[in-house]
Amino acid sequence: MAQAGVEQTETMTVREAIRQGLREELERDDDVYMMGEDIGDMGGVLAVTGDLIDEFGEERVRDTPISEAGFVGAATGAAATGTRPVVELMFSDFMGVSMEQIMNQMAKMRYMFGGKTEMPVTVRTTEGGGMGAASQHSGTVHTWIAHFPGLKAVAPGTAESAKGLTKAAIRSDDPVFVFENKMIYEQQGEVPTDPDFTVPIGEAAIEREGSDVTVVATQRLVGESLDVAEDLAGSTSVEVIDARSLYPLDTDTIVESVEKTGRLVVADESPLSYGIHAEVATRAMENAFFSLDAPIQRVGTPDTHVPFSPPLEDEVVPDGDDVRDAIDRIA
Amino acid sequence: MSGYDLESVDGRIEALRRMLTIRVFDETAGDRFADGEIPGFVHLYIGEEAVGVGTCAALAEDDYIASTHRGHGHCIAKGLDPEHMMAELYGKADGYCNGKGGSMHIADVDAGMLGANGIVGAGPPMATGAALSIDYQDREQVAVGFLGDGAVAQGQVHEAVNLASTWDLPAIFVIENNQYGEGTPVGKQHNVDNLSDTAAAHDIPGITVDGMDVTAVAEAVGEARERARAGDGPTIVEAETYRFRGHYEGDEQVYRDDEEVERWRQRDPITSFKERLIDRGELTEDEFEEMEAEVEATIADALEYAKEAPYPEPSEAYDDMFGEPVPEIEEFARQAQAQTDGGER
Ligand SMILES: Cc1ncc(C[n+]2csc(CCOP(=O)(O)OP(=O)(O)O)c2C)c(N)n1
Repeated sequence: MAQAGVEQTETMTVREAIRQGLREELERDDDVYMMGEDIGDMGGVLAVTGDLIDEFGEERVRDTPISEAGFVGAATGAAATGTRPVVELMFSDFMGVSMEQIMNQMAKMRYMFGGKTEMPVTVRTTEGGGMGAASQHSGTVHTWIAHFPGLKAVAPGTAESAKGLTKAAIRSDDPVFVFENKMIYEQQGEVPTDPDFTVPIGEAAIEREGSDVTVVATQRLVGESLDVAEDLAGSTSVEVIDARSLYPLDTDTIVESVEKTGRLVVADESPLSYGIHAEVATRAMENAFFSLDAPIQRVGTPDTHVPFSPPLEDEVVPDGDDVRDAIDRIA
Repeated sequence: MSGYDLESVDGRIEALRRMLTIRVFDETAGDRFADGEIPGFVHLYIGEEAVGVGTCAALAEDDYIASTHRGHGHCIAKGLDPEHMMAELYGKADGYCNGKGGSMHIADVDAGMLGANGIVGAGPPMATGAALSIDYQDREQVAVGFLGDGAVAQGQVHEAVNLASTWDLPAIFVIENNQYGEGTPVGKQHNVDNLSDTAAAHDIPGITVDGMDVTAVAEAVGEARERARAGDGPTIVEAETYRFRGHYEGDEQVYRDDEEVERWRQRDPITSFKERLIDRGELTEDEFEEMEAEVEATIADALEYAKEAPYPEPSEAYDDMFGEPVPEIEEFARQAQAQTDGGER
């Protein structure tokens, strides 16, 4: 959904949308700079940062040593002392290496210090299976961050959201993690070009209206759910919501939709047990229990790691077929 | 020893054969990856063969190694079988990890290979742990942790070295300084000239050797092994080497020029070792060609084997999550099995 007052758009990929968002924020605010492994001359291992180093130089597009604990910790200290670092963590699995700085420092500093500091740090990282990258490069770990008090987590499903949320994250005085699914970098969409366009953190987007079933999806499963909804049009009217902000989560939009359709599928690539699915489902039940006409369905990765071999990876990584099966079970 | 002690002629010939096997294996893997037959990422060891082979030549067969994301060479140096390695690269059921791991995670703990590793710097703590088991049970082995120059920046590496040195564990840390961490040159990642200088912080020996010379590596690791076995704790061995290919296959290598690559190629560890053996009358050109033909046949067979081998069944995705049964996982497996039995969706 376009923001009110935003007219001009351009077609671009998710990758280009994120890069444009980064560029605009680097231009807008001198206190913003980026750091990460090979984000400079290499242009980022998944080519997101591209040639930003040519425009902004090594001071503001900084290559780091391979030391996640060190530079995530440094970003935390830097954010507490007046600058606005944007960190790229190549693969979200590597977050494990820097988890101490995230959980005990970044998340707790403002609270524990009685509000005596801001924490304007952005952490961008990639998630997801689908490219044979095996267990240590395919994880979807955003539940960890969304679950942890003091951290914000967003996970865009469209190019527009990707740009708008990246910009909102950088402008936020709180720690915001932007989870980019690596299989949608090439996905195209219409993206507002106004440098003041942002997507407010905490607002979901209704990507397609429908009246029979609500699918609350994230990341790659947003696009795949939209395809399913298109296929089913005529028989089942599917409403597709891009949750896109995981914490804070837009309860109102989800609840209103469930009140209208009476049926809910939650589609998110993270492991099923104790995941985002459970949170979305619980909020729907707490607020719209008597509107529900069928059991809530979950689509996600079974509680496994992502295996390397193509038939095994296909088995565990959820896709549009799984969303369709879930809709079939209740519609 | 490992069956290819460099003190003997046979051992030297075997070391040359293993280096060649690594080279041909990796060239084949690179080609098959370029053809789209191998999924995921592939990081080749071409140019660095002397480090893995020199290290493993100095080890006993039951010593442990913990590897990196660039692990094919370590596997072959340690004696793993190219057939099951290649099958793993193809994601086949009887690859070393039953298709779960792929190139970056080949492992065979029974063979003393604690795994290639997708996490940079995660090998050294594994080696420290293996050394702890050895020490705890008074066994006669040592454990080697391989790491790249980039990995030296990881906190967990320094924690592992500190633990091993504080407890005098029989560990050896072999830094493969191939001059780059992905696209970032070593000079932009560290403020020391020699990465072995980091040993000083732990009051253990740190030595930098020519990593293009298999005997120099073997000698250094041999001494480190004696020290470790004598109860004197770990050593850091830095081997200066070079990767002839990109960081991963498909890397455009914008960060270095052809001239630099060419300069290092002049020091090819296989060619130079072969020439030394020929000079010393331990090998003839004919014998080398014969060896080459054998190695190529071995790898061709491995490739054939890997291509023909069956993929795992979808329900195998749920194997090995836990040692004991867990109802959630069993339910997923049951559903997958039902789907297979019921035919395609
Ligand atoms: C903890 C972690 N951070 C980042 C990466 C991504 N990565 C894979 S290989 C690599 C470079 C490693 O360089 P080095 O240790 O020198 O080994 P080399 O590739 O040169 O053999 C990086 C940054 C990773 N796999 N793990």
